[in-house]
Amino acid sequence: MKYRTVFDIIGPVMIGPSSSHTAGAARIGRAARTIFGRKPKRSVITLYGSFAQTYRGHGTDVAIAGGLLDFDTFDKRIVNALEIAKEEGIEITFVESDEVPDHPNTARIYLEDEQGSVEVVGISIGGGKMEIVELNGFQLSLSGNDPVLLVLHQDQYGAVAKVASVLAEHEINIAFMQVSRKEKGSQALMSIETDQPVEMEVQHKIGNLPGIHAVMIL
Amino acid sequence: MKFRTVAELVEIAEKEGLKISEVMILHEIEVMNRPREEIFAGMEHNLTVMEQAIERGLTEEIRSHSGLTGGDARKINEYKENAPVLLSGSTILNAVSRATAVSEVNAAMGTIVATPTAGACGILPGAISTAAEKLGSDRETKVRALFTAGAIGFCIANNACIAGAAGGCQAEVGSATAMAAAAVVEMAGGTPTMSGEAVAIALKNMLGLVCDPVAGLVEAPCVKRNAMGAAIAMVAADMAMAGVKSIIPTDEVIGAMFKIGQMMPVALKETALGGLAATPTGQELERKIFGAGK
Repeated sequence: MKYRTVFDIIGPVMIGPSSSHTAGAARIGRAARTIFGRKPKRSVITLYGSFAQTYRGHGTDVAIAGGLLDFDTFDKRIVNALEIAKEEGIEITFVESDEVPDHPNTARIYLEDEQGSVEVVGISIGGGKMEIVELNGFQLSLSGNDPVLLVLHQDQYGAVAKVASVLAEHEINIAFMQVSRKEKGSQALMSIETDQPVEMEVQHKIGNLPGIHAVMIL
Repeated sequence: MKFRTVAELVEIAEKEGLKISEVMILHEIEVMNRPREEIFAGMEHNLTVMEQAIERGLTEEIRSHSGLTGGDARKINEYKENAPVLLSGSTILNAVSRATAVSEVNAAMGTIVATPTAGACGILPGAISTAAEKLGSDRETKVRALFTAGAIGFCIANNACIAGAAGGCQAEVGSATAMAAAAVVEMAGGTPTMSGEAVAIALKNMLGLVCDPVAGLVEAPCVKRNAMGAAIAMVAADMAMAGVKSIIPTDEVIGAMFKIGQMMPVALKETALGGLAATPTGQELERKIFGAGK
């Protein structure tokens, strides 16, 4: 079931005018910011489908910028997000793509600074709900409902076991887990939904394991 | 207390002797593992935001950035107060003016509650606040009505869709109208079965409605479709309360809405490429608002 709670239907409280093109877009931007883990310096946002056709009318560009600034859907600062982003030194470029996407409301967000970069693809499925469907080229399906631990790692035996035992040590239960890789022996991504929050200390412990490249929380 | 379809929802409610709103609340407690008080308070906050949006739309000078919409809610309200004869009646015009008010606030980038979407955010506040006034309902009844509406929207969203880009306006304004109709029935003391019938009666009158926003803005025709959605919700509720039944079962009407949405061309699903957006005036307005560049 895509919609789990009554507040997905009656809600969110948001700045208009469109739940999919404004609130959902803001949430995709915010998810990208959360995955990146800090304020980006540069951002390239590619819009597809209905997003590309109508983003100016719906304020989709403004909303994604608001998300990159870590604003929630009801934050009135969203209205001025493009100006605020400029003041904060975030360079944002919008690209309209005429490629036909799998979902009509799709945005690809590339974020970078001196320390690194991340690329996230999100879809806005209606009523303000969104899903992250791709991260750095890995396919995934994240609703942002539950906290998700994302672990980029070397595709080799024992990686999953090592991460799982750190979680077990801290009595964190795994609710859902997905592992994907681009090709055998290359980089892989674990996405783990947990019942308990994964504290910073645990994240660091996982990050210091051999073969782990990066740890993020969404 | 889990349900997936309107038929299941109505069956649980009738069998257990519960209101639809109560089934939704129990479902929420179970699935989200949150206490009742917290869930109720969250919904009451949504009601407050809706009421503030109505108030703003009816009293303030609302104008969208494009200049396309704003001011009609006040116009309808004044007419309702002063006209010697009202053709559709003051209850309908109350619902219509309030739905318009919230929708105009949304178009002006104001604060609203998406129900189920922002494009359809006027219908539920318009219908519920009007019904509450007419029926003398207390605050709890109004908050409960939002849970009832939510239960119906939950079934529609999980079995069909609620986004204009996916299913056209029937998925947004259509869903909101059906949700509001069911909620108003419960407020008026109707049975869960009657709420289910109201959903079918309301939604079937929205089938095929395309999403064709002029210049891609949630303004024209969205605001007026919110107004008429509220009117249809009130009438559908009355029809269901009278005992009128839908010949096609509610879940099949929802299924038909979904299939129609899939068959609908992309030009009519929130791309601003067809319908009213593609009329000479629609095109002219788009050029005026965004310049010749697009």
